[in-house]
Amino acid sequence: MSERINSDADSHADSHADDHGHADDHGHVDDHGHVAVDVTTLDAELIEGPSVATADVAEYALWLGDDSLILAQQLGAWISRAPELEEDVALGNVALDLIGHARSLLHYAGTASNRTEDDLAYWRTEPDFRSLHIVEQPNGDFAHTIARQFIVAHYLFELYSRLRASADATLAAIAAKAVKEVDYHRDHSTQWVLRLAHGTDESRRRMITALSDLWPYVDEVFRDNPLIDRLEGIAVRPSTLRSAFDAAIAPVLAEAELEIARGFVASGGGRTGTHSEHLAFLLAEMQVLTRAHPGASW
Amino acid sequence: MTTPGDSAAEIWPLWEVFVRSNRGLSHVHVGSLHAPDETLAVRNARDLYTRRSEGVSVWVVPAAAITTSDPDAKGAFFESPAGKNYRHASYYSKSEGVKHL
Amino acid sequence: MTSTITPDTSATVAISVEEQQFNDLIEADSRIEPRDWMPEGYRKSLVRQISQHAHSEIIGMQPESNWITRAPSLKRKAILMAKVQDEAGHGLYLYSAAQTLGATRDDMTDALIAGKARYSSIFNYPTPTWADMGSIGWLVDGAAICNQVPLCRASYGPYGRAMVRICKEESFHQRQGFEILLELMAGTEEQREMAQDSVNRWYWPALMMFGPPDDDSPNSAQSMAWKIKRHSNDDLRQRFVNMLVPQAAVLGVTLPDPDLHFNEVTQQWDLGEIDWTEFHEVLAGRGPNNAQRLQRRRDAHEEGQWVREAAAAYARKQYALTTTLEMAAS
Repeated sequence: MSERINSDADSHADSHADDHGHADDHGHVDDHGHVAVDVTTLDAELIEGPSVATADVAEYALWLGDDSLILAQQLGAWISRAPELEEDVALGNVALDLIGHARSLLHYAGTASNRTEDDLAYWRTEPDFRSLHIVEQPNGDFAHTIARQFIVAHYLFELYSRLRASADATLAAIAAKAVKEVDYHRDHSTQWVLRLAHGTDESRRRMITALSDLWPYVDEVFRDNPLIDRLEGIAVRPSTLRSAFDAAIAPVLAEAELEIARGFVASGGGRTGTHSEHLAFLLAEMQVLTRAHPGASW
Repeated sequence: MTTPGDSAAEIWPLWEVFVRSNRGLSHVHVGSLHAPDETLAVRNARDLYTRRSEGVSVWVVPAAAITTSDPDAKGAFFESPAGKNYRHASYYSKSEGVKHL
Repeated sequence: MTSTITPDTSATVAISVEEQQFNDLIEADSRIEPRDWMPEGYRKSLVRQISQHAHSEIIGMQPESNWITRAPSLKRKAILMAKVQDEAGHGLYLYSAAQTLGATRDDMTDALIAGKARYSSIFNYPTPTWADMGSIGWLVDGAAICNQVPLCRASYGPYGRAMVRICKEESFHQRQGFEILLELMAGTEEQREMAQDSVNRWYWPALMMFGPPDDDSPNSAQSMAWKIKRHSNDDLRQRFVNMLVPQAAVLGVTLPDPDLHFNEVTQQWDLGEIDWTEFHEVLAGRGPNNAQRLQRRRDAHEEGQWVREAAAAYARKQYALTTTLEMAAS
């Protein structure tokens, strides 16, 4: 530690950032003009519970973890390509929130089979992934990314709101942190839906196209599965979230003067390992380095 | 005279950002950003200037809305207090050493 | 509004009151603020330096963002995302600082994508392996920090303040890079080779980041007199190498300079000859990735145009609507 950089706009930098060597509080002298590392209390990186997940709970955690992971992977590709620098930062924040959720959920899922979050992310093949087709849909243009965010963030908000009351303490704790973050994602996507829908003719056309391209994948999100029957009180039954989801998005769509396109409904199947054609490419890219070095640590 | 930086030629205007780092403290100017309107400006400010828990509250102000004093009138504006030492406690030296004063 | 220092005007240069005030502020190590009078050369120098610096942050996102989707663990993926995201923020802080001098971000961006603006040449090198994420953090960010810490005291207030924030945020960038290399050097034979190969490729370009030697650096002397710059290029480069040598030992990597040796007299590490031909080649646009970097920036900007326009149009409509409602209410 040598010098402290203070961001207080009122103070002159030089009283804090001195590039000449001097002794710090502990008497060490450092002459290379380095930046002091702030002493910060670090929060836990992952939400961990004391319990080991059962096979069924692990499967459920995998569902949710994979959704977050795949979505984060896609959003991460926006960084350095966003429409404006402020949006690079905003999308980066959303991606970082989601990767945090994915890590906690995959970590928990892994406790059932003695695997790490990275074992699960990097060493499963496509049929073993449990992600929904909607998160697998490509970024497309900014309108597609926003439409996907709008749908997924509203779903996740309803999901995590209810999952906070799960009988499984770890899932409840993960949900309690995640719900605040997806609340912000919901707002971010809503703001952009409104702006694109009521912006220019071009943006409106693009927003309408994006919403109709993504809508076929909405039904799968709310489909139940035998696993849910076995996890009564622990998992949230997807079908029970539909009305809250519809009610939450309705006023935004009304204000945006957007109508839901009643067209195709994709058959889905992500929860049982049947995926969209996009996932294989995404996984190939995501896993390429790790798989070239089995057993390596990074 | 407004604060420097804003330009009508830009597609999104410039906003100045103020962050309250903790309860009990004032909002302090931390920098600026671009945003199309105040709704996105305050969100961009949150995303940009509080990524490391730097704040508990954020203000955004259109840069064009800030009026500043004129640096050319610095003398007239800011030099008058010089010499008015009686405004400072240290001026009253005879009471030095007396407790509770 | 000029006054002469001595009555004998024929013998001395007339200097305005404003210029005298400016000189006094610089002399007193105080700060110049946006509304202050400043010599045109000072303003130009700052806009040039700050915008170059901002462009470097923005172009600098690319070689690293290449690896976000391929990061080998979820933790590394999160770290890398946060780092590249920081760079967007840093570019943005710097554009804001330049904006106080009358340069708009839109203009600076246009100059960049038209190929008319400079940025740090180092970002024209490719990142073929994961180890490059380590080398960029350790060497490139390390060199950047050496350059930037003194800039926290730059005489222009907004620049100094932006640099304070940037330096504070960047403190993790160099460490995470060092730790990537540390992990690789403790790993398999292949991983160690990957790390050493990467250090071999980045070491010299990182040293060139400090700019040409002092006797070949046209703008340096004036920048130092104006206290925009606080140390000479060679000075900073020397400090950086002194810092690297023990760090390389901790990592167990070899710095690719056979002539590097400790000079007992100066108590510094003397380095071998730098190949400035390569530096000038890359600077002249003949580096490995110049065209690709600019094209990607241009694509992002052009593909974002309709989004920026949409948001601006929406804001105008909302403003018109509120105004109408207010008028109706009153």
